Formats: sequence, structure tokens, C-alpha cells
Amino acid sequence: MSGLGRVLAAEPLVDWSWVGDHTDDIWANFWEHLQLTALAVGIGFVIALAMALIAVRWRAAYGPLAAFCAALYSVPSLALFAILLPFVGLGFDNALIALTGYTLLILLRNIVTGLDGVPPAVREAADGMGYERWRRVLRVDLPLATPGIVAGLRIATVTAIGLVTVTALVGEGGFGRFINDGLSRQFSTPIVLGAVLSVALAIACDVMFVLLERLLVPWARVGAPGDPGRRHLVRWSWHRRTADA
Amino acid sequence: MTASPAPTDTSAGDAAIRLERLTKTYPGASRPAVDGLDLTIPRGELVALVGPSGCGKTTTLKMINRLIEPTSGTVWVGGVDIRTQPTHELRRGIGYVIQQAGLFPHRTVGDNIATVPRLLGWERGRVNARVDELADLLRLDRGLLRRYPAALSGGQQQRVGVARALAADPPVLLMDEPYSAVDPIVRAQLQDELVRLQHEVHKTIVFVTHDIDEAIKLADRIAILNIGGILEQVDPPAEMLRAPRNDFVADFLGDDRGIKRLSLMTVGDASLSKGPLVAATASADDARATMAELGYDWVAVCDGHDRLQGWIGAAELDGAATVGELTPKPFLSVVTAGTTLKAALDAVVTSRTRVAMAVDDDGRYLGMLTVDDLAEGVTT
Repeated sequence: MSGLGRVLAAEPLVDWSWVGDHTDDIWANFWEHLQLTALAVGIGFVIALAMALIAVRWRAAYGPLAAFCAALYSVPSLALFAILLPFVGLGFDNALIALTGYTLLILLRNIVTGLDGVPPAVREAADGMGYERWRRVLRVDLPLATPGIVAGLRIATVTAIGLVTVTALVGEGGFGRFINDGLSRQFSTPIVLGAVLSVALAIACDVMFVLLERLLVPWARVGAPGDPGRRHLVRWSWHRRTADA
Repeated sequence: MTASPAPTDTSAGDAAIRLERLTKTYPGASRPAVDGLDLTIPRGELVALVGPSGCGKTTTLKMINRLIEPTSGTVWVGGVDIRTQPTHELRRGIGYVIQQAGLFPHRTVGDNIATVPRLLGWERGRVNARVDELADLLRLDRGLLRRYPAALSGGQQQRVGVARALAADPPVLLMDEPYSAVDPIVRAQLQDELVRLQHEVHKTIVFVTHDIDEAIKLADRIAILNIGGILEQVDPPAEMLRAPRNDFVADFLGDDRGIKRLSLMTVGDASLSKGPLVAATASADDARATMAELGYDWVAVCDGHDRLQGWIGAAELDGAATVGELTPKPFLSVVTAGTTLKAALDAVVTSRTRVAMAVDDDGRYLGMLTVDDLAEGVTT
């Protein structure tokens, strides 16, 4: 690392002409980064949602499921890549499986917390109105758990975006490819480029989820008179008639 | 206002709901929460289940729509054993109102009201027409229909809760302490509205409350439950107040049973005294004679159409030839045939003359109400 330190001190931090010559790589790595993140969070969400529904239905299952996810979460990424190596080899599958594993704990916890936050009176009213169980979960429980679910997706996505850079070690990596390249050649420009773009992507995704939540949770900003806690950040209104039948 | 004590027809044909040997023992509990309860709820009546905490009133209510499964016994709704149909179908046919209203916070008021019709698969136009109809019935501004429940006051939310329960026009309504979370003023309004509403819709209503005054005000029949779901007495409120079956019921009704009975009767039910009354054209001597005859030091004055004008004290008559020369002082409180005897009692004890003057809707004199007249109403 002392060699790299010397290089970083001697040369300008970013060589803009190099950046200009590599726009194709930037796009390719961007798509790879986005693809790995989206697939990892998407697949992780489906698995975590299924686990959360099981945990809410059979409470006893929550402990073991959460413990499994926590164990997965605690395995160092390098070790996880190595463990997966004999089964899927190097490359996309290895990276995706590892990334997906890391999203599970965050998503499971947030979905269960969100579902637990549904007011018992609302649940009882839904049962009393004659909702079948599955329909209540779909039409009442999950919509009301949306803020918790979106919060989980935000954290999981930002975490995944950071971790994608590490998958450069198994031959993937998105913007992590730039960082890996820069480190091996002791050249600062791609390191800075990879780091900045990765952070920018994380921030962009975070903002997107904030907007998504506002779109999905219109009832949280009703702006009732005498209700100063309500948010007024989005001005347009969103009324819809949900069809139940 | 309340049904007079009539012989109860407990034949199954006339009963909307019949509970038969209904028992619920919660897992791990040493005693049943509800123990062998038999209760028949006639069609179109509002029956209040009342009792202290732990009397199983809410458990009983929830066994009717199977939110709680009985340990043993049978519930008949509309002559059908409720176990013979799928739970969700049973519940769609029974309106359900709970304490915190339990509105769906993620749906607009209109969508909340539309819940059961949509579950039943009504077509869109019919659903929307029904929602508007219910908003009018519950006197909810139609502009509220597109807002979310969080924008509504507690009283409005509770009205929406009732509208939602009535949406598919179920014959039976279950109400679980619906008004206990709202402030007393709004509660009184909601109670009055329920009385009005029931006159229009004639539902069979099972109403759980711990508030005996609420039960007296609303119920056609009160069922008082003791700890462990023991039914102590079922009777119309006036009958129960007149003749509580045992000490438990008497204690639960409170030590002001007589006053509570007065709240169930109106001036129209009472026999009125004649009262010292003269026409404005009467002479001062006539007025003095009337006062002397009935033993008062004041006289009420009416005009040529029997309309009550006020009263004049004995001392003021000195020097006057006729009553009409004097300006009568107005009575502070005048009661009408519809006034409850409780309100009339208040008028009596707060008036200087210790009587309440009763008039009809056109202000014509009907008679006079004294403490003795009121006592007559309580004891008979």
C-alpha cells in the first residue's frame, strides 16, 4: 500500500482524459452494478416476504428463521464467496447468491416489524367484515406494512450496492471493477471513479425509495387539520378506488 | 321510547339470534369466561350486554360472528346454526362495529364503507350508490368520502364505522363498546343518532357496553352478566330498574335507580296537577281565591288561547283590579309532553316555585308537575 500512497500523492487524483476514454466501460459496469443489486434485492425480497408470512402465521418459526438469516449475514463476504466456489464456481451466480444472502436479515426483520405494526383493531375489523385470511394479508396487512417494507428495501439496497463492489473478487463487481483495476495498477482515477459512482448510485436508489414510499403510502400525508405531524412534502394527491372483488 | 314490559316471545321463529348453552373456556383458564349462557334476541330489538370486566360480554359477542369459537353450545342466527356456513360468509352477513372504529387507514372513507359490498362482489355503480346513501343516512358530508380516516374526528370515524357495518344491509349488527373511546359530548350525540338510526333501519343489534346509563338509554332490553358469563337478568330497562332480580343487579344499576327510571319516562306519562291558573282577564279577587284554594302564593296567567304567559306573586296583586294590568314574570323552565321526567325533576328543583309548568307544542297550558307527581311516576 505504500507504493499506492506514493502514486496517489505524485499524480493528479483524477485523470479526466482516462475517464473520457472509458465511457463504454462506465455504462457496462453501471448496468452490471444495477443488475446485481436489483436481482439480489428482488430475489431476497421474495424469499424474505415468504419467510415473514410464515413467521407471522406461526410465530414460533420467527426465531429460527431470523437466526438463520443472522448467521448468513455474519459470514464475511470473502468467506461466503469461497464457500460457494465448489458449487457455482466464480462469476455471476456466486456473486448473486452471496449478495442475496446478505439482504435477507434486513428484509425479514423490517417486513415482520411492519406486519406487527398493523393495529389489532384494524385486523379484527377486517376479520369481522368477512375477509378470508389470505385476502386480509394481501389487502390490509401488507399495504399497512408498506412503510416498514420500503424501509427494509432501502437499507438492503444501499447495503447491496456497497457489497457489489466486493464481488469484483469473483470476477463481477459493477463499479467495483474500476476499483479493482485501479488497485492492481496503482492508478487512482478508476478507484475514485468506482467509489464515487457507487455512492452516487446508492444515493439515487435511496431517493427513489423515498419517492416510491410517498406514492405507495398516500394515506400517511392526509394533512388533517390540527394534525401537524403529517407530511406535506408531496403536493399532488393520490386518490384511488381499490377494488376488492 | 323504550319497549314496554311485554311478554317475551322466545320461540325460535321470532328470534334473530339465539344462544343455547353457550360456553367458552379459554385455554389454561380455571373457570369458563362464559358458562352455559342461554339468551334469545328478538328480531329488530337492541339488546345491551352489560356487566363488569370479566363478565364475558365481549366474548359472548365475538362468539356470534365466530371471532371466538365457543367451547360448547350453539349460536343460531336467523334460525341457522352458524357452524353450518363458512366463517367469512357468516361475517359478511353480520355488521360489526368496534371500539376504535377500526377503519382501514389506507383506504378512503368511501372505500372503507364499500368494504363488504365489494367483498360480496357488487358491481361498481351499486356500490357507489350505496356508499352515498349511507353517508346521507349517517349524516356524513359526502366530501369526506374521498378523505382518509386520519383526517376525521373520533366521532366521524365512529359514524363511518357504523356506515361500514350497515353497508351490505345485514339484518344483525354487533357493536362492541363502540362509543367508549369518544368524549362524553360526542358520545351522547352518537347515542342519540343510534336511536334515530334504529327507528329507520330496525336492525337486530347486540350492543356490548360497561356503561349502564348507555344501556338504559339505548336498549330495548338489557342483559346483565356477572363474572363468568352468568346471566343475572334480562328485561326492558324500565322493568329492570323497577324490579331488579337480586342484589347484584341492583348494585350494578346503581343507587339512583329511581332517577334513572325518570329518564325513561316523559311528562306525557305522568299525571299532572291542576295548578293555580287564571286567565289574564280574571279579577284580582279571582286570582286571590285561586291561590287560597290551592294553597299557593303565586298564580299562573294564560291568555285567551290558553297559552301560558308567566306568573304573578300575591303581593303584586295589591291595588290591581284585574290580572291583565300586571306584567307576568316568565317561568324559567317550561316542560312539554316529550320532556323526560328526569329533566322535569331538574326543572322542579331549580325553579323558585318548586313546580314545572307543562305546555303543549303551541304553548298551551297542560298542567303542573310537582315533586309528588314525579314520585308517583317512580313508585308506580
